[in-house]
Amino acid sequence: MLVEAIWFMQFAFGKRSKHETVTQFYITGIKSLGVITVVALFTGMILALQTGLELRRYGQEVYIGSAVAVSMIREMGPFMTGLIISASVGSAIAAQIGTMTVSEEISALEVMSINPNRFLVMPRLVALVVMMPILSVYTNILGIMGGALVGTTQLGVSVQAYMDNATQFATNKDLYVGLFKAFLFGIVITTVSCHQGFMTTEGAVGVGRATRSSVIISFLTILVVGYMVTRMFYL
Amino acid sequence: MIRFDKVTKVLGRKIVLDAVDFEVGKGETFVVVGLSGAGKSVTLKHMIRLMRPDSGEVSIDGKIINDLGRMALQELRSKFGVLFQSSALLQWMDVFDNVALPLREHTKMPEKEIKRLVDEKLELLSLGDAGSKLPSDISGGMQKRAGLARAIIMNPEIVLYDEPTSGLDPVTSRRIDELIVNMREQLGITSVVVTHDLHSALAIGTKIMMLHEGRIVENATPVDFIRSKNSTVQSFLESQYITKKGKWEGMLNE
Repeated sequence: MLVEAIWFMQFAFGKRSKHETVTQFYITGIKSLGVITVVALFTGMILALQTGLELRRYGQEVYIGSAVAVSMIREMGPFMTGLIISASVGSAIAAQIGTMTVSEEISALEVMSINPNRFLVMPRLVALVVMMPILSVYTNILGIMGGALVGTTQLGVSVQAYMDNATQFATNKDLYVGLFKAFLFGIVITTVSCHQGFMTTEGAVGVGRATRSSVIISFLTILVVGYMVTRMFYL
Repeated sequence: MIRFDKVTKVLGRKIVLDAVDFEVGKGETFVVVGLSGAGKSVTLKHMIRLMRPDSGEVSIDGKIINDLGRMALQELRSKFGVLFQSSALLQWMDVFDNVALPLREHTKMPEKEIKRLVDEKLELLSLGDAGSKLPSDISGGMQKRAGLARAIIMNPEIVLYDEPTSGLDPVTSRRIDELIVNMREQLGITSVVVTHDLHSALAIGTKIMMLHEGRIVENATPVDFIRSKNSTVQSFLESQYITKKGKWEGMLNE
């Protein structure tokens, strides 16, 4: 399914597929911004608070900038984005395709010789693999800002010191690895959600089961893939 | 034209089709009747290779379709239009876009020509005003007709109908029946209709086949079908009030 969808990638921006692809960009990108904003800000704030309180015991709270920035860019940014998108967009994909499967819409596409992988999977795949790294960068920025907010208001670290530390320790490699993870998570979420949707049986109960399975499998796969990428680049 | 040669299909532990043999000729309206779970829809799905037989062969125009490759399958399916039991319209597209979908996907027709053809089919099926509506905003009967418009938009040689009148009121059901008859008479389309509505089957069919527990218990013209001596057929007829009294009296007593 994934290979086939990639093969059909060339059609994503064709005249007749463009509309569906743009719709998926909107759903993945714009409609997820609200929840991502809140989660990213609070992730950065919690990271800053937890590490800041520990570092304060040793008088090193000035280093929270680096702790938050490195954690966000390497791991938490793509990870939190992956979880949010799999719970919101991935579950919606599984539910939509699952409903289409049980109501014979997928069979109708096949009978009309319209490949469901090209027609349904490919626009979602394109939207997720493009939007995941972008949303991940957005999560990183907001997380770092959230950390700065806690650092300046509750830990007495100046914005200048926080930012100097953040930029000093976070490297380009951290950013690239983080973006690579987000890209992989986009593939994981699309593949798992679409697959669960296509495998749906037994009506409404089956759609519920497919939706739940897509979120659980995506979460677990994101954790495993995240660990493996980290191990590959940093060990 | 369509031929089943000892087709057997097992789903789970149930034999859904048991060495089924039959033929559908060109221009026929072939009706498959039977109780729920008799294997009617499974028979239909074998004709368009949505299912493969466990044994036996299905052939269309003399060509066995059991193991067709993707391109050959696409070519085969271009001969068919299918009206699904649930209509299977894509819910996020309006009726016009649903009907236009096969044209947009398989032809390079300009939008103006697509609009002309779609409007023509919508008019034919009395859906002239429904083009801009979503499937969820129209009645079940209109959804069936929209599904039928989509099924015939590419001018198929064969149209398969899966329970075309189920869930519809009697007036709308008769209207769908008339449409199926018109398809044969005006366009020469071969039709295979799966239904458990025997009144509908007798009205539209040129041949009626009854399946019971995966086996063919009768395959005959409508007149011969209601005269069948088979006890399963007789009990099926009686269950739908087709008895030796009233409208069917003359035919049954001959």
